[in-house]
Amino acid sequence: MATIGPLLQTEALHKAFGGLQAVRGADLRVDPGEIRAIIGPNGAGKTTLVGMISGRIRPTSGRVLFSGRDITAAPAHARVALGIVCTFQLTSIYGNLSVYANVALAVQRRWLRSAFDILRPDDHWLARDVHSALEEVGLPAAWDLPAGALPHGHQRLLEMAMALALRPRLLVLDEPTQGLAPDESAALTALIRRIADKVTVLLVEHNLEVVLGLSHRITVMDRGSIVAEGTPGEIEANPDVQRVYLGQ
Amino acid sequence: MAHGEFYMLGAVGAWVVFQATGSFLLALVAAPAVAGAVAVAADRFVLRPLRYAPGATIVATIGLLYIIQQAVLSLYGPEARPVAAPVAFTVQFPWFGYSGYKLMVGGLAVLLLGATWLVVNRTTLGLYMRATQQDPQMAQAFGVPVDRVYAATYALGGVLAAFAGVLIVPVQQAHYLMGLDALLLSFMVVIIGGLGSLKGTMVAALLMGLIDGVVSVFFSPTLARIVASGLVALVLVFRRGGLFGEQPV
Amino acid sequence: MTRGDGRRALALHLVILLVLLILQAFLPPFHHGMAARIMVLATYAVGYNLLLGYAGLMSLGHAMFFATGVYGSGLTVYYLDLGPAEAFLVGIAASILVAAVVGLLTLRTTGVAFLIVTMMFAQVFYLSTLLSSRITGGDQGLVLTGHLQPLRLGGLELALADPGVKYNVALATLAACLLVSLWLVRSPAGRVLVAIRENEERTRMLGYNTSAYRLLALIASGAITGTAGAVYALLFSYVGSTFASILYSIYPLLWVLLGGAGTTVGPLIGTGLMTYMVDAASSLTSSYLLVVGLALVVLVMKFPAGLAGALRARWWPWLP
Repeated sequence: MATIGPLLQTEALHKAFGGLQAVRGADLRVDPGEIRAIIGPNGAGKTTLVGMISGRIRPTSGRVLFSGRDITAAPAHARVALGIVCTFQLTSIYGNLSVYANVALAVQRRWLRSAFDILRPDDHWLARDVHSALEEVGLPAAWDLPAGALPHGHQRLLEMAMALALRPRLLVLDEPTQGLAPDESAALTALIRRIADKVTVLLVEHNLEVVLGLSHRITVMDRGSIVAEGTPGEIEANPDVQRVYLGQ
Repeated sequence: MAHGEFYMLGAVGAWVVFQATGSFLLALVAAPAVAGAVAVAADRFVLRPLRYAPGATIVATIGLLYIIQQAVLSLYGPEARPVAAPVAFTVQFPWFGYSGYKLMVGGLAVLLLGATWLVVNRTTLGLYMRATQQDPQMAQAFGVPVDRVYAATYALGGVLAAFAGVLIVPVQQAHYLMGLDALLLSFMVVIIGGLGSLKGTMVAALLMGLIDGVVSVFFSPTLARIVASGLVALVLVFRRGGLFGEQPV
Repeated sequence: MTRGDGRRALALHLVILLVLLILQAFLPPFHHGMAARIMVLATYAVGYNLLLGYAGLMSLGHAMFFATGVYGSGLTVYYLDLGPAEAFLVGIAASILVAAVVGLLTLRTTGVAFLIVTMMFAQVFYLSTLLSSRITGGDQGLVLTGHLQPLRLGGLELALADPGVKYNVALATLAACLLVSLWLVRSPAGRVLVAIRENEERTRMLGYNTSAYRLLALIASGAITGTAGAVYALLFSYVGSTFASILYSIYPLLWVLLGGAGTTVGPLIGTGLMTYMVDAASSLTSSYLLVVGLALVVLVMKFPAGLAGALRARWWPWLP
């Protein structure tokens, strides 16, 4: 990569739903290799901002740049091809399909280059890559089980396996530890730390303990705007942040 | 999807009652009652067990459509049969005469539309209907008896369709296949007018009538129906809320 | 779904086709025409199932694609006096074209709206065949006998009116389309279609252009449906607007639901059973479509997964 600049940049990004200003003029810069967290109270606009980065939500105005390229108009599926991969606030897997089929969908994505590839029978390389994708997240090989039958923590890991199998350059995690037991949450945190040397991570998270222990830099949002940014130490010490986020 | 058949039931029922008693007024009460009963039964034994899931409901109502249509075919036969209009005067306009009965039907239709508007907008049932249509789960949580609202709406629709069927017999003969055309036509009107908008429905009905009349006279009735069907398809593709309804976000 | 399942599924399909091949030796000749008709209609069901069972889109306008195949090949024979092979190709090409155009328009909608839009487009098509009855023959239709040349394969000349030829042409059509659909649903594209059926939004966020895949499914479905139509016209020497009517859009829905949506063998079973049932009923009463209505209601209430779906759930989880 020739670019030394930011991997992801948003410029004056703005989103209004009817009369509601969900995000007002967000300028965000995420450098390659970072683990960046976005925190803020409910309704601060975190999920909307992340939605505009992933392409699920069209901004009212402003730009999104990915490694220097303007992707504001690119549809969500094209952004995945560029390397922006997301997981969701609520675990989002195909509950009726087998674990194998879930991961295979992600694995085969990066093999499909031309129109003919989508019709090529595939099982040889697919099984191998599905296996290694599940191994990477430490998920016991329960291939034939319907994904919906897995315990909640394993479903989250499966989702991570699918995200990683897409070989992201920027991994966007929306509330990854929500609803997990403490030990499951710790395992997931360890996994995120482990993959961070290959992938830039942008996470939206409520759990302050997780955020402070994991991220390199933290961005704080309140009522649609970015109000502070800094290292975990700086953010912890910032009186504004304490007032906004901790409600004091 | 089976409402075209309730319309047909109304028409055929009108013929049967009229043959038996000679009273058109009695037909106007009895035939819709029968159709309403069939609608209630269909709802109770078919649609409710399916929990009104959209896909399954459509398949089931197509099935009901054939069951009703074919049952009528075997009991009533394939002939088209007329019923005499209860009034037979002609209203003379300066340029042409017009059947008094048709004018009466027009007046009744306006009355029925008004009554429907009152039910939907001014009664508890109407409030329940609108709430259920917005968000069934939320409505249920607020104590709306969603199942009974669906049942009542379905039956009411059946009764209204049958009522229209009775009214049409003196103009058009009663025939077991008449339901499908009526169904397609009502689909068209409702979609073009915008789902859930009575005002839109009325404007759309006038518009469709106009298209039908003009194109039929100058070209052919088939072309008129082609234009109408195509219009409906394009409205659904490009303006989901209909020409007059609100556009969904 | 692992590699072994793929082999078993392929083997099952080959066995079914082999049984059909051998069956003709035991069927009395007057049944050959009937069996050929069922096999061509089963091909139609295979095409419909691709859309309903795998992409999860319920269409009520497939008669439009079937009739495009019928008219595409039938009118070519009737007016241009071309051979059956050329006419067949024209039929398929026409149905692909119609499916692509209709797909680009209708796929902006989903769910119930998709169903109504396809129904309305099919209605436009049906009425157009009536309107242009001077060319299409309208309701009365056109009989191709006298225009239809024998099928030339290498040095062979096969008369399509011969029951044995009918049977084998129908079987070949069914075999080709069944295997193509099996290959399609087991390809990466087939996996994406199932994913779209389960959760379209999630599939888009895995980087798939879901609109393009749905269009692909509709075109493939329309092409197979059109193939069935083209063969139907050639084997039974007749074109008519009946094939474009709404009943011919409802039939495949019924066949597929009876056999089991989302299974490749289901449409075959469903079409066979239903066609025999309708034929049996029509010899008893003129209200034979009652069977259609009853079957639809019972199926959707008691067996939403169809016969093959029940088999898969109980005994054969590998059934594709």
